Amino acid sequence: MLTSILLLFAASSLAPLAHRALGKRAGVCLAAVPALLFAHFVGQLGSVTAGRASAESWDWVAGLGIRLAFHLDGLSLLFALLVTGIGALVLVYGAGYLEGDPRLPRFSAAMLFFMAAMLGLVLADDAIALFVFWELTSVSSYLLIGFDHEQEKARKSALQALFVTGAGGLAMLAGLLLLGEAAGTLQLSALGAEAARIQGHSLHLPALLLILLGAFTKSAQFPFHFWLPGAMAAPSPVSAYLHSATMVKAGIYLLARLNPALGGTDAWHYLVILAGATTLVTGAVLAYGQTDLKRLLAFTTVSALGTLTLLVGISTEHSARAAMAFLLVHALYKAALFLGVGAIDHEAGTRDVRELGGLARAMPLTAFAVCASALSMAGLPPLFGYVAKEFFHEAKQEVPRAAAWVSTASFFGSALVAAAAGLVAWRPFFGRRRSQLSAHEAPPALWLGPVLLALLGVALGLFPGSLAVPLIQPAASAMRGEPTVVELAPWLGLSPALVQSLLMLAAGAVLYAVHDRALAALAPLRGLAKLGPDRGYQALMAGLVALARAQTRALQNGVLGVYLLVTIGSAVALAGYALFSRVALAAPAGGGVRLGEAAVALAMVVGAIAVIRARTTLIGVAALGVVGYGVAVIFLLFGGPDLALTQFAIETLSVLLFVLVLRRLPPMRQLSPPSEHLRDGFVAVAGGLFVTALVLAATATPHATPLRDWFAANSLAAANGRNVVNVILVDFRAFDTLGEITVLAVAALGVAALLRLRPEDRKESL
Amino acid sequence: MTALLAVVIGILYGAGLYLVMRRSIVKLVLGLGLLTHAANLLIFTMGRVSRDGAPIVPPGAAELTAPYSDPVPQALVLTAIVISFGVQAFLLVLVKLAHRATGTDDLDALRSTDQ
Repeated sequence: MLTSILLLFAASSLAPLAHRALGKRAGVCLAAVPALLFAHFVGQLGSVTAGRASAESWDWVAGLGIRLAFHLDGLSLLFALLVTGIGALVLVYGAGYLEGDPRLPRFSAAMLFFMAAMLGLVLADDAIALFVFWELTSVSSYLLIGFDHEQEKARKSALQALFVTGAGGLAMLAGLLLLGEAAGTLQLSALGAEAARIQGHSLHLPALLLILLGAFTKSAQFPFHFWLPGAMAAPSPVSAYLHSATMVKAGIYLLARLNPALGGTDAWHYLVILAGATTLVTGAVLAYGQTDLKRLLAFTTVSALGTLTLLVGISTEHSARAAMAFLLVHALYKAALFLGVGAIDHEAGTRDVRELGGLARAMPLTAFAVCASALSMAGLPPLFGYVAKEFFHEAKQEVPRAAAWVSTASFFGSALVAAAAGLVAWRPFFGRRRSQLSAHEAPPALWLGPVLLALLGVALGLFPGSLAVPLIQPAASAMRGEPTVVELAPWLGLSPALVQSLLMLAAGAVLYAVHDRALAALAPLRGLAKLGPDRGYQALMAGLVALARAQTRALQNGVLGVYLLVTIGSAVALAGYALFSRVALAAPAGGGVRLGEAAVALAMVVGAIAVIRARTTLIGVAALGVVGYGVAVIFLLFGGPDLALTQFAIETLSVLLFVLVLRRLPPMRQLSPPSEHLRDGFVAVAGGLFVTALVLAATATPHATPLRDWFAANSLAAANGRNVVNVILVDFRAFDTLGEITVLAVAALGVAALLRLRPEDRKESL
Repeated sequence: MTALLAVVIGILYGAGLYLVMRRSIVKLVLGLGLLTHAANLLIFTMGRVSRDGAPIVPPGAAELTAPYSDPVPQALVLTAIVISFGVQAFLLVLVKLAHRATGTDDLDALRSTDQ
């Protein structure tokens, strides 16, 4: 399985070269890669149907228990077939759609990259591996949605999709880690066995909420549905791929994958069913209100994703088979519809239903594909959409507690989608032919995919038992975590579900008939659409930028004093917190203070205060010198004659240097206002107190002396020196001293260079 | 004595921190000087102050016998004193030239490189 994924990644990186070398045939050659993988996965059908899942695994981050693991069961296989099969068709289509476009190599590369990520996502058996592929799909979908990167709208839509799904992805990562904590394993296929342990764990609810957030953002569930129609800024083949079989289905996949571990609880039922039902209705209503075919399809996709979420949320035997059947049929008809609408747009130059009509004669093959798919979407027999719809009607009776509500809501949703299907199927192809007289059938590359997909939908509807069961049964079993028998017949008999289907179609027909009038009547309400969650997203983004600006203005203001204030303040506050929360302070015992020592200390304190209060540079330098000599005396008093000597010498040099260099500076001015003095004074006093406490705490701990003892024992014996400090500097740590000398030499070079640098005023000497 | 030194070091740090936050460039330099002294004293004190005498092996003895003060922090401080002098010298010349080039000692007036 890793080989399949790597193969797609390799094809992606070679795509630009292939286009250069093979020219027009490159699209088909590249499509051969996913087509071969499709054949490979078809070959796996037998063993997976027989219940034998295959697995691969490598150590990845062994220390954290993360493995690069893959697992092929019915659910993964169904997705893998959709990803590779539709992927191959879309690549062929894309090569025709973008023929002659210099951006075609980029399209193929991004498409194959996305395909590889998506395949990895559905095959991954490790939560972290799944997350990595999940993020890869987000990143590559950003490239695909923003394909027309010279259009501002495309860039904005791509960024919006990336933000929404990326934020959800992060939430999902946190959720998966919590789930792993609760289950004791990150292996997805092992989670189902730990269901009882997970659902009894205190982390269960937070994990569930975070994972649902990830799934809902990715699968465009209300209120995150707004990014999906925006993503229609992408070219048609991209939309067909992302919104039928892949990207948006990732959230559904995650829910189905985790259903054995998380499903069946009250929280799961309430949250997932509520989100699904709301999205189903919202998407259907918004779809009905569109006149642009592509946006209309986008909103029916939202509605279909709501249906799938609803079905996964019910998590019964009926709902599992309904979910998998609907997943399959939706991928087929939605891909065909997006591709077909792309062909219409390509040939007729518009996607607006009000401007289209009578294209059936000019574009018979496209018309067949779109009509067959749209009827499947509406749920008409004998198409496979009808079978899925029957299942759906059965499953929604099993919604715990709110069956009537959900049933009613989904009835209206389905009726609206059926009306929308009518718009897609009828309006462009039948009736009076409008302005686009020059339109003719699209080239084979553009009708091949839709026609194949539509034929598949018809075939599955006619022979569901032999064609659909091998796909759906293992997938439903994997989703439920237990063997599930799926029996499919094209005709389920005169059941209540059939009656409901008929009623729903009738309602859809009525809604279709009044579409124009309904739109006209609802036109005043269009302003309401602007109040949707998209507005919330815009406000959030604007707020984020404003916040970034405000904090930059506050922190990065170019004033050195403020930088230092923030740095010192944070350091003192954080280190002080760490110190005072761990260490109890006590005055060190014994020692006593002699009069001379106290006098030196007093002189240093007075000196320090004098430096602060100094009005002229000279006084400041002199006071600093007092402190320096005080330090030297302290060294002398407490057993550091070498330090004292050095300090005396250096301090004398320092004072001289100060006086020489700074004597011509103006008196030290009071530049900051009193309020800043107070503020800085507060921070400085806090810093001083912290250091005092630090010294007390550090000296209160036992004195570790191995180094001292070693040097004391070896100074004379190993280095022939009696002055231990000197021996350390020139012998044991001689390289440190070499470094020190180097620093001095560099400083001297720097001083010399600066003194040679005379920007102006050559007369003035230092 | 350690307690008294702790207080002195705290006061030196406080004064130094206060001065480096001032707008006058001369005060910044003086503040860094105070911080240098304070840091050296801090390291010295970490070796525990004692009046027991310098870490020098007396004539005739083969090795140092207790009591003596800790030579390790002393070696560190000795290095620090010398390096801080080098840095201070460089800083002083830099400040002087900056003042001559810009004509101001106000750090807030030095925000742009093109003055």
